[in-house]
Amino acid sequence: MPDAFAIGQRVRVRVAWPPGHVRTPHYLRGRRGLVESIAGRFANPEELAYGRDGLPKRALYRVRFRQQELWPDYAGAAADTAVVDIYEHWLEAEDS
Amino acid sequence: MRRHHDMGGEPAGPVDRADHEHAPWEKRVDALLRLLADRKRRIMTVDELRRGIEALGPGAYDEMSYYQRWMASIGENLLEKGVITVDELGRKMAEVEARWRAAGWSGSGRPPGGVDA
Amino acid sequence: MSVSHDHAHGHRHDDGHRHPFQPDIEDRPFEYYQVMAEAVGELLIDKGVLSAAELRRAIEDLDSRNPALGARVVARAWVDPAFKARLLDDVNAAAGELGIDAGSIPIRAVENTARLHHVICCTLCSCYPRLLLGVPPDWYKSRAYRSRVVREPRAVLAEFGTHLPADVEVRVHDSTADLRYIVLPMRPTGSEALAEAQLAALVTRDCMIGTALPRLPDAPRQE
Repeated sequence: MPDAFAIGQRVRVRVAWPPGHVRTPHYLRGRRGLVESIAGRFANPEELAYGRDGLPKRALYRVRFRQQELWPDYAGAAADTAVVDIYEHWLEAEDS
Repeated sequence: MRRHHDMGGEPAGPVDRADHEHAPWEKRVDALLRLLADRKRRIMTVDELRRGIEALGPGAYDEMSYYQRWMASIGENLLEKGVITVDELGRKMAEVEARWRAAGWSGSGRPPGGVDA
Repeated sequence: MSVSHDHAHGHRHDDGHRHPFQPDIEDRPFEYYQVMAEAVGELLIDKGVLSAAELRRAIEDLDSRNPALGARVVARAWVDPAFKARLLDDVNAAAGELGIDAGSIPIRAVENTARLHHVICCTLCSCYPRLLLGVPPDWYKSRAYRSRVVREPRAVLAEFGTHLPADVEVRVHDSTADLRYIVLPMRPTGSEALAEAQLAALVTRDCMIGTALPRLPDAPRQE
């Protein structure tokens, strides 16, 4: 299965608040970022956490965010960033 | 909506940089998890460990030490999977406590906080 | 006892076994989860899920992991550009070249430059390249670090004595998934004459987390 997103593509982290074991930090929900690299495919931790096999594997993206977009009151430099590993099913394409 | 362990960006005080040497029992807990999760055994995953820790809830999560949280989760996972039973764990814990007391070590085998764990 | 612990101190039990705690530790009373750790280990051994030898070896392996392993990797990267390229491509394989088994969880090296400074955290739990750096320090697992470093990294770095100019991009890596991170710090200026082992001594644990920068020791006095 081809990866859904390409390096350099703009993406948005889905807004959803399921219960259970989730590896997408709360502070990223709904935030826009850029795919910096694709880390490979890994078993889904949301399934592994309940004793299942986590298959099919999910593409894992290293997504870069501008700190000023994450935190309106960000006190650092405008160029500062955060890079977080996000599984494919938590991302959607961001137009332009 | 944010779960308790998911704490990025929350207000907090200065970072206390004091460190501690790990006690033998803490290393034992770490080693148990490594073995239970290794390729030979695959009895539980790190994800299951984390789920168990997250399920402790806000109070216990903050009051328990790091390896106490790990041990609580490992214990729950092994019971859920039927690797050990409640009865045998209860008996073995009582046996360990009695042995340690007989050796002159004081302490408590009761869950912290009183009536329940 | 199912697992033997050799130490100078040790009372004899009625059954001839030594108890497993050390003189400095046994001053503290035992508690519930400590009893559970002992009991679960013994039950798993009784059931043949694991052996006492495996448990002992796992603890010894844990003890053998420390930041000096990561420092060796960094120092080699500083003196060998081809190794550095391989390190940035695949840390686990590069560490293997130095005889270090960094395990199967992929570790990525992120390289500091004059314009970019990396710092590592795990806001959700305590993900850390344990096989290369040992167990994480308590502060790495603390509520304060996990909460604040993604939101105010410069303030947190300043608490560690690391002050970065505004024209250096600070990049926080939140280890949320199946990768672990190690910072490849910049080789300090003035270290040109140092041999690889001397360079490794400059690379502290915090340098590889990104909260500190390698510093030269005070220059030796001229005789």
